[in-house]
Amino acid sequence: AEVEEILKRIQAHRGVIATMVINAEGIPVRTTLDNSTTVQYTGLLHQLTMKARSTVRDIDPQNDLTFLRIRSKKHEIMIIPGNTSIKITIELYVL
Amino acid sequence: ERAYKPVSYVDQMAIHFTLNGNMILKDSDEGRRQSIRLSTAAEKTPVETSAVTSEEEEIKDEESTGDTEAAGAEEAEGPGAVEAAEAAEAEEPPPPRVKEQKLANQFNFIERASRTLNNPMRERASQSEPTPRKTFSATANQWKIYDAYVEELQKMERSKEKEKPKAQIAKREEEKKKGRKLTTLELQSDDINKISKAAKIMERMVNQNTFDDIAQDFKYFEDASDEYRDQQGTLLPLWKFQYEKTKRLAVTAISWNPKYKDLFAVGYGSYDFMKQGQGMLLLYTMKNPSFPEYVFSSETGIMCLDFHNDHPYLVAVGFYDGNVAIYNLKKATSQPSYKSSAKSGKHTEPVWQVKWQKDDMDNNLNFFSVSSDGRIVSWTLVKNELVHTDVIKLSVEGTTMQGPEGLQLQTFGCGTSFDFHKKIDYLFLVGTEEGKIYKCSKCYSSQFLDVFEAHHMAVDSVSWNPYHLKVFISCSSDWTVKIWDHTIKTPMFIYDLNSAVGDVAWSPYSSTVFAAVTTDGKAHVFDLNINKYEALCTQLVVSKKKNKITHIQFNPVYPIVIIGDERGHVTSLKLSPNLRRMPKAKKGQEVKKGPEVEIAKLDKLLSLVREPESQA
Repeated sequence: AEVEEILKRIQAHRGVIATMVINAEGIPVRTTLDNSTTVQYTGLLHQLTMKARSTVRDIDPQNDLTFLRIRSKKHEIMIIPGNTSIKITIELYVL
Repeated sequence: ERAYKPVSYVDQMAIHFTLNGNMILKDSDEGRRQSIRLSTAAEKTPVETSAVTSEEEEIKDEESTGDTEAAGAEEAEGPGAVEAAEAAEAEEPPPPRVKEQKLANQFNFIERASRTLNNPMRERASQSEPTPRKTFSATANQWKIYDAYVEELQKMERSKEKEKPKAQIAKREEEKKKGRKLTTLELQSDDINKISKAAKIMERMVNQNTFDDIAQDFKYFEDASDEYRDQQGTLLPLWKFQYEKTKRLAVTAISWNPKYKDLFAVGYGSYDFMKQGQGMLLLYTMKNPSFPEYVFSSETGIMCLDFHNDHPYLVAVGFYDGNVAIYNLKKATSQPSYKSSAKSGKHTEPVWQVKWQKDDMDNNLNFFSVSSDGRIVSWTLVKNELVHTDVIKLSVEGTTMQGPEGLQLQTFGCGTSFDFHKKIDYLFLVGTEEGKIYKCSKCYSSQFLDVFEAHHMAVDSVSWNPYHLKVFISCSSDWTVKIWDHTIKTPMFIYDLNSAVGDVAWSPYSSTVFAAVTTDGKAHVFDLNINKYEALCTQLVVSKKKNKITHIQFNPVYPIVIIGDERGHVTSLKLSPNLRRMPKAKKGQEVKKGPEVEIAKLDKLLSLVREPESQA
């Protein structure tokens, strides 16, 4: 579908290392990394996303988390939470 | 006293052992009774010698105490004699003594014990099946409570709807059906939809990262060197939009969406008469420079496009083969929603410009198109079909020819561009291939209000000034850009740009700023307020060889222009501050903003130009 194309484009974009799609239970649906790394990322980031969302909504229940960016020295992880799925992209950036 | 004194009760006394004695006083009633009983029992049993002898010994002892000396003397003689004496004595006291003996030892303690068989113990246990258990834990957050309330509210609303009177059931059912259809569709494709949203956002985020410096420039960069440049300005190149399928096509039209300020449409086709390929309509957003949001393809090249002001999802498009079409962005198809055909009166020549009009009296959408076949046609969308009405036929004056059989043929001028007045609805200008500009009214279909001998070659673009009601600008392949007042036949300002001018556009923020692009790849920005004779900025935007610029448009909100070229690229550039100068506030005066100021500004300039002319 169109979505597949968009995902392909994102993956082909300069600097993107990997993309992942996770369903509501925290099980990876689609990934471009190997299994063990995927599982690791999924478990950690899923919890973090839940926590972040809980934080935002606790302060104001009408608010909701739109996206989460984690910048580290080497990479940047971008997460978009949704109701039924979460999308994660890992990017390498060169300053 | 030196004697033990019995104390009846002591506080700390602990009794270890008590035994109730059962000794009875010999002389009491009970004692005598018992002794009598015992004596009768003794006569029945004569053999109790041991007891007797023991008694005798006792008696002996008793008597011996009284008669110790006498007995002693007698005992010395011989124990036998004593024994006899004892025996004799013994016979006398035995009966009373026997009774006494019995008294002293009344109870015989016999211990008898027996033990029952202990049954061996066996343990038996049974356990019922444990009830199934499940640990349940949850946190009650603020938002969980809120969500629960919202759900409740929705349920209540739904039940209220059901309760409403049956008279409105028909409508309600329809709505519900629509609602249900939507919800079922949503549910079915919910997964994909959610991911599609997320995917789009992700793509934009990734693009933002990649083009981070450009995004920052777009937002924040103001060229500081403009201060030193003495009123000259620059155009800072930002994003470049390209799509592989349009690499061979030229940009033929650009337009910004009236609602979403970052969305713009680009029409692709070909200006070359010989090489006509397919056409494309792409919609880009500045948030995603690497891929268009919408892609539509068509068999013939697109020559022009226009967004509807009130319905920003409708795009009117004119084709090279003379057809017009309306694309509906809300629908997912890549085909136009409505298309004209030879039957419905399409043009016979390429359509050079289309423009939406206000809805007519029946609330039907309608738009105008101008073409080289000399007709200006109004298309109305009536009941899902395009109906055309010829508005004006551009006839070239004085060129009626004698055709066969005495018919008079009118040759038509070829319209290449037109523009409608912003305020006066029926008034519009048409530029033609011959270089004339006609001022026309929608009411009169065969006559023009006025004719301007504008250029020597085809007029590529005409445009009314967005503020000033009388001024318009025109550009042509004869290398000139001219500014007119429509009441005066001669132009106010003429600019020679050394190369065929492809397009000219007024800026939306100032009545005196406009930009023109030429086929040698340069963009020129003028500000009449600052410099009436020269461009403030002349910049090479596209490589000179093999590439010509075709169109330019200002963004209505941001200080951005987009320029399309023949290679299918669209470049966005940011205007430097010098090009955007607003009138400075004099001390004590407020800066007036608004169209009146702009009009006044331009008027002042025009009056400067007009006066010498009127004098002359």
